Amino acid sequence: MDLLRFATAGSVDDGKSTLIGRLLLDSKAIFEDQLEAVEATSSAKGYDYTDLALLTDGLRSEREQGITIDVAYRYFATPTRKFIIADTPGHVQYTRNMVTGASTADLGLVLVDARHGLTEQSRRHAVILSLLRVPHLVLAVNKMDLVDYDQAVFEKIQQEFTAFATKLTIPDLTIIPISALKGDNVVTRSEPMSWYEGPSLIHHLEHVHVASDRDLVDARLPVQFVVRPKSDDFHDYRGYAGMVAGGVLKPGDDVLVLPSGFTSRISAIDLFDQELTEAYPPMSVTVRLEDNLDVSRGDMICRPQNAPTPSQDIDAMICWMTNAPLRPRQKLAIKHTTRSGRAMVKDIQYRLDVNTLHRDLETKELGLNEIGRVQLRTTVPLLCDPYATNKTTGSFILIDEATGVTVGAGMINSTT
Amino acid sequence: MPTHADYRLSQLDELEAESIHIFREVAAEFEKPVLMFSGGKDSICMMRLAEKAFYPAKIPFPVLQVDTGFDFPEVLSCRDSWVSRLGVRMIIASVDEALENGVIVDDGKMSRNRMQIGTLLHALEEGAFTAAFGGGRRDEEKARAKERVYSHRDEFGQWDPKMQRPELWSLYNGKIREGEHMRIFPLSNWTELDVWHYIAREGIEIPDIYLSHQREVIERDGMLLSNGDHLTLRAGETPSVRTVRFRTVGDMTLTGCVESDANTTADIIDEIAVARVTERGATRGDDRFSEAAMEDRKKEGYF
Ligand SMILES: Nc1nc2c(ncn2[C@@H]2O[C@H](COP(=O)(O)OP(=O)(O)O)[C@@H](O)[C@H]2O)c(=O)[nH]1
Repeated sequence: MDLLRFATAGSVDDGKSTLIGRLLLDSKAIFEDQLEAVEATSSAKGYDYTDLALLTDGLRSEREQGITIDVAYRYFATPTRKFIIADTPGHVQYTRNMVTGASTADLGLVLVDARHGLTEQSRRHAVILSLLRVPHLVLAVNKMDLVDYDQAVFEKIQQEFTAFATKLTIPDLTIIPISALKGDNVVTRSEPMSWYEGPSLIHHLEHVHVASDRDLVDARLPVQFVVRPKSDDFHDYRGYAGMVAGGVLKPGDDVLVLPSGFTSRISAIDLFDQELTEAYPPMSVTVRLEDNLDVSRGDMICRPQNAPTPSQDIDAMICWMTNAPLRPRQKLAIKHTTRSGRAMVKDIQYRLDVNTLHRDLETKELGLNEIGRVQLRTTVPLLCDPYATNKTTGSFILIDEATGVTVGAGMINSTT
Repeated sequence: MPTHADYRLSQLDELEAESIHIFREVAAEFEKPVLMFSGGKDSICMMRLAEKAFYPAKIPFPVLQVDTGFDFPEVLSCRDSWVSRLGVRMIIASVDEALENGVIVDDGKMSRNRMQIGTLLHALEEGAFTAAFGGGRRDEEKARAKERVYSHRDEFGQWDPKMQRPELWSLYNGKIREGEHMRIFPLSNWTELDVWHYIAREGIEIPDIYLSHQREVIERDGMLLSNGDHLTLRAGETPSVRTVRFRTVGDMTLTGCVESDANTTADIIDEIAVARVTERGATRGDDRFSEAAMEDRKKEGYF
């Protein structure tokens, strides 16, 4: 059994909570006491059916406002896969939550209401998922029961979305007509929609092939922690612990350590008391080298013929996540893999309109929930790859130095 | 050993890798981390992950336990065995001592579990700990679904749902200011079943009370409570011996057990796979007051 992480997005009332409630319920991730609480609330509110949306909705203050306004994580499993849902709200102002949810997702699930078709928001959801390089996208056309399960309605939305998607980077697109409320094509194939020949949503989630999504070519191990037992049994042990960010590492491999430029060879790869024959993403391992080098946290173990170019000049797409806008010359703390430093904004090249993909070259700042292309200068060289090649070595966060709050998320285009 | 032809990790291996990454990140970036050990299965799972994260070195931070004065003896002995095997330093913060020293005040209405909050916050402050690992999982309860892996607490130990930092990729932001600290939840993405599967796979020691045994119990408020000196029988309550096990461990006065024949971790997994009530719903008296009870306690600085 493996793990699939997916992010959901939809405008308010498209039926996202109902759909998630149904996935949890049908996969038995909902327990009696949780269901009872929701049934009680539903009848107290005078509903004539159980509002499955109540199963997933979060904190009390948000509950009182009747909306979800943050990323919430849900868990369910079928016999073949465990699923982690990053449930992100669809409001205009919450781009940052979607970016957060999408950052770890293998798959993005966008909901639209069949009656309304594609909206500006559905387009924006797709744009964000594509910017974050979420490799698989599912468009679920919901509330098909309210349009008499009409094939023509579905096909019109399908065509419109497929045309729009060609402008984006979406390697794998699947479009499914569903009714979250009635259950059509969620777990079981729909009777009234016998014209639809594709998989049900859960079948697709269970079988979508994600093995090749990670970078298995470019060996990258950001050193996180140096393990030095200083005990009699392991007197000379010196291991470099970290999560493999790319490629496949094997004992005997020649390696290059950045930024020092020293070379050595892997003598062993440890996972607790086992020696591994290979390590690949996202394994957390400890690598030992043949030579005694000075390697510390923030360094990167890679291959002599395949290494990132250290650079202090970074060109990136940045999603801005706080009220005070990002402006040229602003200084921030930056965290990239296991390296931390400071960064200064050299230029804001353009702001991307996530609804139209229009590049606004006039604006010289990024407001809350805006995404733009930015040039940064960093105090320490970043050992990075383009985000399109490697999400781990291609991403960073920006931190406000005064408050310590995470205020920006960056995806590296290139080093200059 | 996780070797797969298609370079995919199993779900347990992926969760393990993620948690180990979190432990190492915290050890590297925080000055004074501490692991909050309750003796329950989640904190034992954490101990195992911490052991793996730093092996063959020892876990580079101490373990903190709040002694409620009503802890199950089986839990304490399991704790001691883990602590001595791993050679970690253990700090015990006692609720009774906190009461004696006026750190917390018993107004007669507060449950022992709630008194833990004050005791815990005091111990964290006294030890000047900057990061405290907790065994919370997001699948436990609705209010936890939005909890971050790094959960920021202000100088009063409080949690502000609106002030939580966005968490992206595997980049954790460990910046804190003087007096603030971070709660760290390495098991955020684990479910109850994942924890049991992991315990079974690793073959690690857990307190015996998780497994089926004979125990004298009384029925109170729809829960089965262990009978003993810690309970004052109410009118109409008659103890009886039943075959039970505990699904969570905590304060003996509040933690109920369930009737069960599950003798092994494999049996437990089978039992949970068909169970229809959440572990908290079934057996934690302190969560039952209101649907939003957990959220309120989190704001106060509960685990
Ligand atoms: N008829 C019908 N109603 C639906 C369907 N999905 C959701 N709804 C209803 O649409 C409303 C909004 O759904 P909800 O799940 O709360 O939307 P969210 O805001 O996207 O989370 C609720 O009244 C649902 O019962 C569907 O497939 N068919």
